Amino acid sequence: MRKVEKKVDQYDVYRPHKASIKKRRLAGNIAAYTGLILISAVWLIPLVFLIFASFGVNADGTGGAGVPSTIFPEHWGVASYVVLFTDSQVPFMRWFLNTFIMALATAILSSAMTIMMSYVLSRFRFKGRRFMMNFMLVLGMFPGFLTTIVLYYVLKMLGLTQNGAIGGLILVYCASSGMGYYISKGYFDTIPKSLDEAAYVDGATKFQVFYKIMLPLAKPILIYTVLTAFMAPWGDFVFARYISFGYSDSYNVAVGLWSLLQQDKIANYFTVFCAGGVLVSLPVTILFICLQRYYVSGVTGGAVKG
Amino acid sequence: MTKKTDFELLRYSRCKRGAIKFSYWFLSIPHKLKNLLFKIGNFFKRIFLFFVNDIKDIGRTFKKGSYKTKLSYVFMGFGSFARKQIGRGILFMGFEALYIVFMTMFGSHYLARLGSLGTVAHEYVRVLVNGVWVQQIVYHDNSFKILLYSIITIIVSIAFIYTWRLNIKQNKICEEIEASGKKVKSTKDDLRSLVDNDFHKTLLALPTVGILLFTVLPIVFMILIAFTNYDMNNTPPYNLFHWIGLDNFNQLFGWSSGSKYFSAAFGEILAWTLVWAVLATFTNYFLGMAVAMLINKKGIKIKKMWRTILIITIAVPQFVSLLFVSKMFTANGIINTIFHTNIDFWNNRWIARSLVIVINIWIGIPYLMLITTGILMNIPSDLYESAKIDGASPWKQYAKITLPYMLFVTGPYLLTSFIANMNNFNVIYLLTGGGPKVTNSFNSGGTDLLITWLFKLTVDNHNYKFAAVIGIMVFLVVAVISLIVYNLLPSTRNEEEFQ
Repeated sequence: MRKVEKKVDQYDVYRPHKASIKKRRLAGNIAAYTGLILISAVWLIPLVFLIFASFGVNADGTGGAGVPSTIFPEHWGVASYVVLFTDSQVPFMRWFLNTFIMALATAILSSAMTIMMSYVLSRFRFKGRRFMMNFMLVLGMFPGFLTTIVLYYVLKMLGLTQNGAIGGLILVYCASSGMGYYISKGYFDTIPKSLDEAAYVDGATKFQVFYKIMLPLAKPILIYTVLTAFMAPWGDFVFARYISFGYSDSYNVAVGLWSLLQQDKIANYFTVFCAGGVLVSLPVTILFICLQRYYVSGVTGGAVKG
Repeated sequence: MTKKTDFELLRYSRCKRGAIKFSYWFLSIPHKLKNLLFKIGNFFKRIFLFFVNDIKDIGRTFKKGSYKTKLSYVFMGFGSFARKQIGRGILFMGFEALYIVFMTMFGSHYLARLGSLGTVAHEYVRVLVNGVWVQQIVYHDNSFKILLYSIITIIVSIAFIYTWRLNIKQNKICEEIEASGKKVKSTKDDLRSLVDNDFHKTLLALPTVGILLFTVLPIVFMILIAFTNYDMNNTPPYNLFHWIGLDNFNQLFGWSSGSKYFSAAFGEILAWTLVWAVLATFTNYFLGMAVAMLINKKGIKIKKMWRTILIITIAVPQFVSLLFVSKMFTANGIINTIFHTNIDFWNNRWIARSLVIVINIWIGIPYLMLITTGILMNIPSDLYESAKIDGASPWKQYAKITLPYMLFVTGPYLLTSFIANMNNFNVIYLLTGGGPKVTNSFNSGGTDLLITWLFKLTVDNHNYKFAAVIGIMVFLVVAVISLIVYNLLPSTRNEEEFQ
């Protein structure tokens, strides 16, 4: 073995450092691995700390301690999780259910709107199409929160705030979702037009083409749209807080858990917040990782299309 | 001075070349402005001509039309009924009836008071309740309702005029069809075309109505609010608010003698918002690209696992991770314990600002990693091979191949992410709540962006007029930046470069 290498070295005058190249590559790999491990640590540590903190309890074993100052809680226990389901101040099940209902409704309605809009803008050429696209672009430049003040008033007249905030929020999430057509339009644009033309030649109506040919082909982007629509209510804070203001039975998890960190509560509820955070993150994360493939393709495609 | 071509410019040094190019650009400004004005003028001219032609067409149709068409001018849908298009007739006539009822019962009352936004908000009346005289409050004009319903009335009226025009057009088309001896469309045909030739109208109906009601209407309303004095002291139904013209904008720019704090706070926050948006966008972009390149590196195994680790942070709802991280950095939080320090991160404006940017990197890199990974793999590898043969160092390869390619492909994305960062509510509000507090700053804090300030002004202070003004300013800033950047983007300038 060594003999052969020596022979190569002798004749290969133009690549005298073959061994050192190998060495350098190894060094590079080691550096890269260290970097990756460090990065992974930085990205996971806060989440790990969160899980640790959620198992912190008071000295007497009751749940709901304040902000921890150490990585590992002084007293371990699951009491903070128990508080989530027993304390009448923390209707966690209610919040979770609220968010789940909103997420389901939004996933269905809002993705339907988005897909309808993007399909039309991708496949049909009609008068006013360019105007519509530019108009929506300009509309998107206004801060979204600005609309809430009026919507709050209108929804209040309809009885869809505070007590009925869930219905109101679903409306807010879904009504304007046609404006988020960019990514799925980009996807529809990539499906060859010859497919529709072939179907039209065979006598299909436009509805049939949409329903029987395009929708099945657009499955990846459908899943992406539904996934993002489903995840939105879990993280929404601005609209949810404004519309359900002060009525804790119609909070979503974000507003509910946020309310635990206000000055009057944080000292007794911080670990409860952590426990709630873990319980919310688990299902969402699992769902997300299962459908990761679709998410990645959607995000990547969207960025390239712009 | 004659303009030199790119080829001639090559003999100058890089620095001089840049200067000459800049001077060309500078000299072309008047020309460009003239073009822009010309374009705007043309735009209005086209709109004007469109209306003139439309009105002429309406007149012509009336002159030529049969009695069916003529009667349709007053009774919408008459022509349709007469031609046995029952479906269309019902829709047209029904809409006209509804519109008349709506206007007489509702719309005109509010529209009449749009100019004043109401005169009397409330009064106290003595009422006899169970034999005792009690003072009771009676509400009259509600400025909010007057403004809102007036806008709705105007929108409905525009829709009515459009439908009326449509009704006339339909009559014209039908007459042409009848003149050529063919049969006009029946209701059945109409319904069928809704899933076929006019399928796009079916699909668009719901999303468009949603956008009109839930985005356009509120935005128009809030733009108008910027010209009123709607704030805590002028809140309906107890009080009225009024039109005050450009007064709010004068205060914003410090031209009027009102509160000088408002314009100072605005300038400060606008500057920080722009700095934040630039830093947040570019730190994420370059570091995200670096991480993606690290994972893509030859010889790195289990690439999928590294990616998944980063992706987990996207999946965890932001309010959980951000709120927790913000508590990690409190005065006696975990971070201070680990490093045995005693820094009050969130109470010093500059530390808080830097920290927000660092934590935003933590939030943003996974997205950028995802986005750039795919694009990086698409770069043709022969580019790198030939660069290697020419003896280019890895850094040179990055600067001359990777970066230009990435900037070219992700240019539009950079613009949208810049705008998204300007309006990045979650990161700022959940981490710092806009704090630390600053005195005399109109309730704004050291890390507040325009968007979080807007939120606080509405939710905490009920200062809707300034919130509306800030909203308009955000729009203007975003629009101007988008226009400029869009014109500078390489992807729009020379599209063929990398294809």
